[in-house]
Amino acid sequence: MKYEAVIGLEVHAQLQTNSKIFCGCETAFGEEANTRTCPVCIGMPGVLPVLNRKAVEYIIKTGLATHCAITPYSRFARKNYFYPDLPKGYQISQYELPLCEKGYVEILVDGKVKRIGITRIHLEEDAGKNLHTSESGASLVDLNRAGTPLMEIVSEPDIRSADEAAEYLKKLRSILRYIEVSDADMEKGNFRCDCNVSIRPVGAKEYGTRAEVKNVNSFKFVQKALEYEIKRQAQILDEGGRVVQETRLFDSGKGVTFSMRSKEEAHDYRYFPEPDLVPIVTSQETVDAIRKTITELPEAKRERFVKEYGLPEYDADMLTQSRALAAYYEEAAKLSGQPKVISNWMMGELMRLLNAEGKEIEDCPVKPDRLAGMVKMISDGTISTKIAKTVFEEMYGSGKDAETVVKEKGLVQVSDSGEIETIIADVIKANPAQHADYKGGKDKLFGFFVGQVMKASKGKANPDLVNQLLKKKLSE
Amino acid sequence: MKISKQEVEHVAKLARLELAEGEKDKLIDQLSNILTYVETLNGLDTKGVEPTSHVLDIKNVVRDDVSAPGLPQEQALANAPEKAAGHYKVPKIIE
Repeated sequence: MKYEAVIGLEVHAQLQTNSKIFCGCETAFGEEANTRTCPVCIGMPGVLPVLNRKAVEYIIKTGLATHCAITPYSRFARKNYFYPDLPKGYQISQYELPLCEKGYVEILVDGKVKRIGITRIHLEEDAGKNLHTSESGASLVDLNRAGTPLMEIVSEPDIRSADEAAEYLKKLRSILRYIEVSDADMEKGNFRCDCNVSIRPVGAKEYGTRAEVKNVNSFKFVQKALEYEIKRQAQILDEGGRVVQETRLFDSGKGVTFSMRSKEEAHDYRYFPEPDLVPIVTSQETVDAIRKTITELPEAKRERFVKEYGLPEYDADMLTQSRALAAYYEEAAKLSGQPKVISNWMMGELMRLLNAEGKEIEDCPVKPDRLAGMVKMISDGTISTKIAKTVFEEMYGSGKDAETVVKEKGLVQVSDSGEIETIIADVIKANPAQHADYKGGKDKLFGFFVGQVMKASKGKANPDLVNQLLKKKLSE
Repeated sequence: MKISKQEVEHVAKLARLELAEGEKDKLIDQLSNILTYVETLNGLDTKGVEPTSHVLDIKNVVRDDVSAPGLPQEQALANAPEKAAGHYKVPKIIE
């Protein structure tokens, strides 16, 4: 049977505040264990949490950037459970009345814009970190992370494939980075994802039973975990079985998900309103003031790139992934006056070289003015597009500008017809048999001659001129 | 309102309480009495009354995002029954 997947994602993103959500401890990564804690975040009796203003602003900013409604009256709740990394025996989170609700994020699917709904975004505190040692019978707990502000972004079950899930996550990450509320660094665990996935026969209206895959920590793994999970569930249904509602984990080594087998009873969180914190009342003025701090977002930029530079949606989408990438593009496009050519170079050679080294655009040795300079040398005929590839690689490796590279390596395109005619004459002389065959009607041999001439000129001959002159000379 | 033995056992488990059989029976009675007492509130007409989550009439108590040093490690770990390498040491977490 043909099935379609129904996927909803819960993303936890750490907010980039200086201090924790309910106390003044520093939010630091990689510090010595248990050196960033205080009586509040390690749950000593008698202490009171005080909310970090910035955390609230960041969530509202995120809500506005994802078209959410901002809840005028919001409050915190206690989520009760026992775990060694949770000092108080409860997590301060939000249950009813989260700060933001009912928004969406736009992604590109097959070149078309698709909206993925956001159910809610709420604020909560992170837990500590458990370390599993080789010592038998013991685990270690570091509470530096306990109390770090987190937002949980819950999507609607609008996602239909593993690819769409990856697109959604990338878009969400790029939004969070644009508005500078989270560095959304998956490797540091600052951007974590739980996936809810079920399948149903294509065309069916009801949802199937879902499984939750917890804590997947890279885009690639999210995609792999979902692909595996969709296949697993389809196989169960095809064999006449039933999918069990459960929590699963992804084994990235084996590329499979497996059941956590935890008792469902453990998930009785007994939420109740947090008595230690007062409600958050957000006025329209506050919302408006925060809205003013939001600069152009990825989707607006994408649309503008399509309109202003005549780029295809796909190119515009790629180039607006990060603010730095978009800024690089705009500078190079403006300086060269050739927006489409710049886009091709960036999406081709530039990304290829950056990706090969795992570098970001910020670290690119070829600055926008240099790329623009090179593109101009192509358009004024100084170098061919083919040679430009060599020039670009050289620029990337040496940090020199295009003109210097071309001069040093003697890569200037030969557009002198006299010089090219001499080469052509030599090539024809060296290949009399092919010349005769060509004249006898073997048109295909034209390509052979072009190749020979380009080779003899070491790739520097102007290809248009070669074509034009060869046609004439060969038929003489 | 009568509460069942299963409910008492469930709640005890969530609270990590170990109860002897006799204690369970005692708690069934006590908890049932408490719930019955609270149930009298159901007799009130609360139509048009906003649910209260906080009795104080204050809102938006916030602090600025400024960090300050916390406890030194030894002090943070001072009450821990067991510690190792600057960490709280706990029974192995199996998942």
